[in-house]
Amino acid sequence: MAYSEKVVDHYEHPRNVGSLPKEDPNVGTGLVGAPECGDVMRLQMKINPETQIIEEAKFKTFGCGSAIASSSLATEWVKGKTVEEALTISNTDIVRELSLPPVKIHCSVLAEDAIKAAIEDWKKKKEVAQPAASATVGN
Amino acid sequence: MAIKLPIYMDYHATTPVDQRVVDTMLPYFHDKFGNAASRNHSFGWTAEEAVENARAQIARLINATPKEIIFTSGATESNNLAIKGAAEMYREKGNHIITQVIEHKAVLDTCKRLEKYGYEVTYLPVGKDGRIDLDDLQRAITPKTILISIMYANNEIGVIQPIQEIGKIAKEKGILFHSDAVQALGKIPIDVQRDNLDMISLTAHKLYGPKGVGALYVRRRNPRVQLSAQIDGGGHERGMRSGTLNVPGIVGFGKAAEICQNEMAEESVRLRGMRDRLKDGLFAKLDELYINGSMTHRLPHNINISFAFVEGESLLMGINDIAVSSGSACTSATLEPSYVLKALGVGEDLAHTSIRFGLGRFNTLEEVDYVTNRVIEVVQRLRELSPLYEMAKEGIDLSKMNWKATAEH
Repeated sequence: MAYSEKVVDHYEHPRNVGSLPKEDPNVGTGLVGAPECGDVMRLQMKINPETQIIEEAKFKTFGCGSAIASSSLATEWVKGKTVEEALTISNTDIVRELSLPPVKIHCSVLAEDAIKAAIEDWKKKKEVAQPAASATVGN
Repeated sequence: MAIKLPIYMDYHATTPVDQRVVDTMLPYFHDKFGNAASRNHSFGWTAEEAVENARAQIARLINATPKEIIFTSGATESNNLAIKGAAEMYREKGNHIITQVIEHKAVLDTCKRLEKYGYEVTYLPVGKDGRIDLDDLQRAITPKTILISIMYANNEIGVIQPIQEIGKIAKEKGILFHSDAVQALGKIPIDVQRDNLDMISLTAHKLYGPKGVGALYVRRRNPRVQLSAQIDGGGHERGMRSGTLNVPGIVGFGKAAEICQNEMAEESVRLRGMRDRLKDGLFAKLDELYINGSMTHRLPHNINISFAFVEGESLLMGINDIAVSSGSACTSATLEPSYVLKALGVGEDLAHTSIRFGLGRFNTLEEVDYVTNRVIEVVQRLRELSPLYEMAKEGIDLSKMNWKATAEH
């Protein structure tokens, strides 16, 4: 099975590998997949609470070359986008960009899930912090 | 000495044909091209002589007689012939076959087909070491058991089954004993008398011979084994396997067997040394490595290691100038992880991280050292990328986590 040039490029030179502090209230962490499936992606984003722009993104992946490339690409794409814009990224965009064969499409689905999961996590953290804010609005 | 890339370390998959074998085969393509079954002229006689010579060379390697070697297109066909042929022939005697879970698919799928035809098959489990339990075998035997089929050595983990003990049990109970000896032939000494074997499947392309030719050893004395032919036609190979013989292939097979006869003892010591050097080199520099299958009862040139927290296909991608194979689902066409590792009780997460190294005649110490260093380098790099390695190092018990797998899985 030959890999596309872009997949090889992401594998050899992955973008944004690493971690962000989980406890930071502006960081959303998405952890998707399972070791038994051979695919686990952790995507983290630092989001500006006012502008909702994703300022930083980091990833770590346990998986095949296509999985690593999909998650690396995901971090590249979300940086600089707003949360709403990031939510529109679909797995088919990833498949097209990386020329993934049918047997590897599920890797792109997992990357899309990772983006959504990270945003979910950030939103949940905000809700926990919200109650103090909404209490003042009721007046 | 400069290393030639890519390096081949997948000798369980296939082997390059030894130049000496190629040289021996060549005349039989164009000059001595006769059909070995042409009884009436010198072209046929020459071909027949070459075939009989090869028969003897192969028989010698397993302590059989030449008449007991039946040529086929390969071990898959030999396995089919042995199991289906015996099942059909001995149907009156019984309909029960005993095999085990980590056989090659050529045996497992043949047994599955026989189950459809009303035969009963017992698939013995294997332990963590990859071997069957002889008590399980004893308990599985019934008055209707007509065949036991247990492979000599496994292709994924190189583990050697207790063949002599199985042979003894089979002989005591008067049950035919067949063994798929593809991976063992020419690597460890096989003796059909010592081992009480009634049939063994052999192929040329795992011992530096050509692809497309194999054989089935069929015992003629104590007992005389009879088989129902699976391919009908001109009655070749004592009526057991019709079809014009692949003379060049057979000549090559014979020569390859002769070379193994002469060089096996020395070669296996050399290969074992290289295999152990590779293993020790990896274990010296990497943590969280696990060997799959028994090291005690194992082919000298095989090692199968799980590199925890690093997925197999990504590892293969990183060592793309080295040819090995993996038990990871991502490397199989059907996305199924290795059923052999599963049968050993290796967790799916570790199965995804496994790599099989199969060394062979043409590997060198320099290659072993190069491979060792490359693997270490890539594993370390991929562990930097791995969220699982980071979590494990933090002390998180990954087995207790609640993973949110996607719908696809």
